[in-house]
Amino acid sequence: MSRTISGVCLTTALFPGLAHAELQFNLQSPATPMAREIYDLHTLILLVCLGIFIVVFGFMFYALARHRKAAGHQAAHFHQNLKLEILWTLIPFLILVGMAYPTTQTILAMKNTGHSDLSIKVTGHQWLWEYEHLGTGVRYTSSLATPRAQIDNQAAKGVHYLLEVDRPLVVPTGKKVRLLLTSTDVIHSWWLPQFGVKQDAIPGFIHEAWFEVEKPGTYRGQCAELCGVGHGFMPIVVEAVAPERYTAWLAEQKAAQAKVAAAAGKSYILAELKTHGETVFAAHCAMCHQANGQGIAGAFPPLVDGAAFSAGADLTTPLAARGFWKDGKIVLGSKERHLDIVMNGIAGTAMQALGRQLSDLDVAAVISYERNNWGNHTGDVIQPAEVAALRKGARS
Amino acid sequence: MDTSRYYLPAPSWWPIVGSIALLTLASGFVLLLQQVQAGPYLMLAGALILVGMLFGWFGTVIRESIAGKFNNQVDVSYRWGMGWFIFSEVMFFAAFFGALFYARNLAVPWLGQTPLLWPGYNAAWPTAGPGLPAQFTPMAAWGIPAINTLILLSSGATVTWAHWGMKKGNRSQLKLGLLLTILLGATFLVLQAHEYLSADFSLNTGIYGATFFMLTGFHGAHVTLGAIMLSVILARVFAGHFTPERHFAFEAVSWYWHFVDVVWLLLFIFVYWL
Amino acid sequence: MTTLALHQHAHPAGITRWLTTTNHKDIGTLYLCFSFAMFLFAGALAMLVRAELFQPGLQFFQPNVFNQLTTMHGLIMIFGAIMPAFVGFANWQIPLMIGAPDMAFPRLNNWSFWLLPMAALLLLSSFLVPGGAVAGGWTMYPPLYIQGGVAYDMTIFALHIMGISSIIGSINIITTILNLRAPGMTLMKMPMFVWTWLITAYLLIAVMPVLASAVTMLLTDRHLGTHFFNAAGGGDPVMFQHIFWFFGHPEVYIMILPAFGILSTIIPTFSRKPLFGYHSMVYATASIAILSFVVWAHHMFTVGMPAAGQLFFMYTTMLIAVPTGVKVFNWIATMWKGAITFETPMLFAVAVVCLFTIGGFSGLVLAIVPVDIQLQDTYYVVAHFHYVLFSGAAMSIMAGVYYWLPKWTGHLYDETLGKWHFWLTTIAFNVTFFPMHFTGLAGMPRRVPDYALQFADFNMLSSIGAFVLGASQLLFLYTVFKCARGGAAAGEKPWDGADTLEWTLPSPPPYHTFETAPLVK
Repeated sequence: MSRTISGVCLTTALFPGLAHAELQFNLQSPATPMAREIYDLHTLILLVCLGIFIVVFGFMFYALARHRKAAGHQAAHFHQNLKLEILWTLIPFLILVGMAYPTTQTILAMKNTGHSDLSIKVTGHQWLWEYEHLGTGVRYTSSLATPRAQIDNQAAKGVHYLLEVDRPLVVPTGKKVRLLLTSTDVIHSWWLPQFGVKQDAIPGFIHEAWFEVEKPGTYRGQCAELCGVGHGFMPIVVEAVAPERYTAWLAEQKAAQAKVAAAAGKSYILAELKTHGETVFAAHCAMCHQANGQGIAGAFPPLVDGAAFSAGADLTTPLAARGFWKDGKIVLGSKERHLDIVMNGIAGTAMQALGRQLSDLDVAAVISYERNNWGNHTGDVIQPAEVAALRKGARS
Repeated sequence: MDTSRYYLPAPSWWPIVGSIALLTLASGFVLLLQQVQAGPYLMLAGALILVGMLFGWFGTVIRESIAGKFNNQVDVSYRWGMGWFIFSEVMFFAAFFGALFYARNLAVPWLGQTPLLWPGYNAAWPTAGPGLPAQFTPMAAWGIPAINTLILLSSGATVTWAHWGMKKGNRSQLKLGLLLTILLGATFLVLQAHEYLSADFSLNTGIYGATFFMLTGFHGAHVTLGAIMLSVILARVFAGHFTPERHFAFEAVSWYWHFVDVVWLLLFIFVYWL
Repeated sequence: MTTLALHQHAHPAGITRWLTTTNHKDIGTLYLCFSFAMFLFAGALAMLVRAELFQPGLQFFQPNVFNQLTTMHGLIMIFGAIMPAFVGFANWQIPLMIGAPDMAFPRLNNWSFWLLPMAALLLLSSFLVPGGAVAGGWTMYPPLYIQGGVAYDMTIFALHIMGISSIIGSINIITTILNLRAPGMTLMKMPMFVWTWLITAYLLIAVMPVLASAVTMLLTDRHLGTHFFNAAGGGDPVMFQHIFWFFGHPEVYIMILPAFGILSTIIPTFSRKPLFGYHSMVYATASIAILSFVVWAHHMFTVGMPAAGQLFFMYTTMLIAVPTGVKVFNWIATMWKGAITFETPMLFAVAVVCLFTIGGFSGLVLAIVPVDIQLQDTYYVVAHFHYVLFSGAAMSIMAGVYYWLPKWTGHLYDETLGKWHFWLTTIAFNVTFFPMHFTGLAGMPRRVPDYALQFADFNMLSSIGAFVLGASQLLFLYTVFKCARGGAAAGEKPWDGADTLEWTLPSPPPYHTFETAPLVK
């Protein structure tokens, strides 16, 4: 025990950035009526289990203490008792039935997504969430905002380490919010502990969940299904605001989106694109390809022309077919093929169709960045309009 | 020789040989899937070692049997063993039938109720799914598949007839029955191959193609194995093995053949017909 | 039915002996040594995991390596350590306990074993291939599993080979128990260990082929363009989960029923009282096995199944608590009014009864669907399955090793070392895994290499406990090794309360035993 205490003391002395929250032993405080029902259900079951444990192991520890050979106890010879056996089969069964009854009510209530006030489509991507307020046109992605430096222990960790995003999901309080969940790649899971909501996001399918937040506030959760290397790094943040504020917020978002769409034909210079591209890269690409563009040997290719890369044929063959790999080295292939890889991914590998997650400007910026960084000097400048045309071409 | 004792075999090299065979076969398969040149050769080597092991091991068992080393208790052990082996094969097929059931009754209908992602998808079976081109002709039950059903049912009858021959001591009936069974099995396989080649859908034709070819494909593999085993039994009959009282190997292979037949009936009903 | 054995063969020595043996004692030893090596390797992987989780932030491993460590820890522990260890016990003990000369198929028995090192070679060498080992969780869910590299195929084939080993092993065990019992040993006179293995073998033979099907579908989706788990083709990723867990849930009972058998052997011995409720123990074990086929989707409550599905699987899962509870009560009733002594096997057995029950309770909590919505895929689940698998299965294996080492080796193990191993293991185990209930409740997801700051203190505690737990197993290795090399003579029956057939034989037993069947009254 003292080893533990000195270990903790030593660590806090060496790493003062470790914020000491109070030790939490139970579920997070409920922010919805459903979460409260779950909390109470858990308390009930815990107490029942505790009660049974104390009684049953009371008997066992008594026997261990008193019925010992060393204490001179003589062994009895009984080995059955029908009445007792029936009792201790029946009583647990009845206890279970007792627990099942309130639980059944809660399950049916949790599945009832009818009569909702608004619907939000939630899409899981590797490794961020996308929200679309159905019927409003408001749509945005939500990525981890914790700087890489904090994760790599080069900067002190903020109080919301790993639980902060660039754009939270905004919902109104006091309204029944229905979520329609899906994914574009692998199975993710949207989990908000204080709402009592966890629903798997299955690619190709829509599954529903609902919640009604009682009070305004900021609520945090995480992805709850292993989805690859970024699984621990795609949190969920929900801002619950008063309904009037929500309506105003929607209007603000629509206006901002309209502005971005209007600027779609705008041309950018390389420096502007590279600056924006670097941010996009850090949020969407660095998890695999690394901030220095060197990738991870055998798994994720480097993005530097001439860098060595060896991997299984399932990776090198599609890369070679697109002109990006030859004789054990990465080749910076054509701009068109580069766009294709980023927009449409490479089927059968971990490279996703990022065109589904990123805006035209984001795609243009990140490719311009990649083609003019880390020793790559193509001078290529990709404009958002080119990306938009590609999308239009793909749709027709 | 005291045949009331349970036979314990001598230490044997066959198990380690068989283990190396399977490792080689598996490694070759892995390389094949990675398009490495050595892959197919390694697989072939593994398969040959495995075949060698099977000949060697079964050969040893046959010699022990002929030498009279197996008493009734050993015979009972072999019966239990074959029975449970066939049960494990049943469970293997059950999982694929389970997949078919899940896809037809749950997954596909749910996809049909998801217009947000798959607008306009008609979730009727057979289907290649909402995201793939939909045109193909599913396999009709009442053509060659129905003929194949008759063929396999008949082969079940011929192998039973052969068994009666065995028990009566009528070796000609035994040989003819076995030969007919093998020929019927081979005919089944030829017709299946013809069906496969003339299908306008493939393994990649969505969930229909996947379940169709995996179920019928594994079944065809089992028919092939069964036919090979029947041929081995026939060869042993010609070599003078088996008596009307002791012929467990024949019975084991005929059980296997009946199992293959039953799986086909289930396939016919659930994959082709309904 | 006569059970007289006939063998007229030479006995090779050295490596040849171990490669070609058809002797159940040799093969049992091979299984146990193999499983111990795998246990230590997978345990080392866990040490690396806990080192990374000692503090928030990424200190030692990038996420792709971390995911390999956790995935391989699970796969190797389940398929390389726990299952082969129990098969090792089955091989050594079943023929001795039923008075049989050997297993029904001694040569096939050897093949069952030697397939395992081949599978292990394939699985472990996947660490060295481009892209590294599998990293999608031991549960291998698609579509994530479809994305991986060559290691994912190697793992699939390793599982196929291991599956063949288990299936033929189960055929052997079932046939041995049904066909080779000594005259007079009716089914209801068999030791509980034999009963639990009979039922386990039925489970194995029913579900290992289902796993084979599931991973074959993964293979074809990966390479042959099938759409079993792809919605665009009419498939469903969740379908894999159904097929996998149809195997997976009976699998966890496969990993615990032999442990129950070991407990049912040790507790009566050291209580010097017959096992309480033998008949109901048999029925309870059979009920658990049958029910285990209809609970699988409790691993999937959050996938989006209709409420009817959640309700059905919740009810069946809660029901399994009843026969399990019956077994716990029977063990305690065996101890009640006994004359108990606390040699190392008994210490472990008592700890298992207590700690496994904690695991059972957390399982009951998880069975309650609304609560499971909060706890699925969190550290609460990690706590639950380590309580049932480590302090349930693994510690029962340790109990069984201490119990039967004198019989297998002819020497008594060092009781002081055994007790040290017990206390270090039990305390360190609880320090490691009890806090995980709290981190799970507090909101920490599983399979993550890094975590938010509010989980830091408990994680540090768990890691410290884990390091002590890992180190303690080296003491176990030393104790077993020391006992194998020498020690006080064990005699026929070092445990005066033991009453199964193996204790009528010399220690160690002769190479061939019960060539003449014993008389069973």
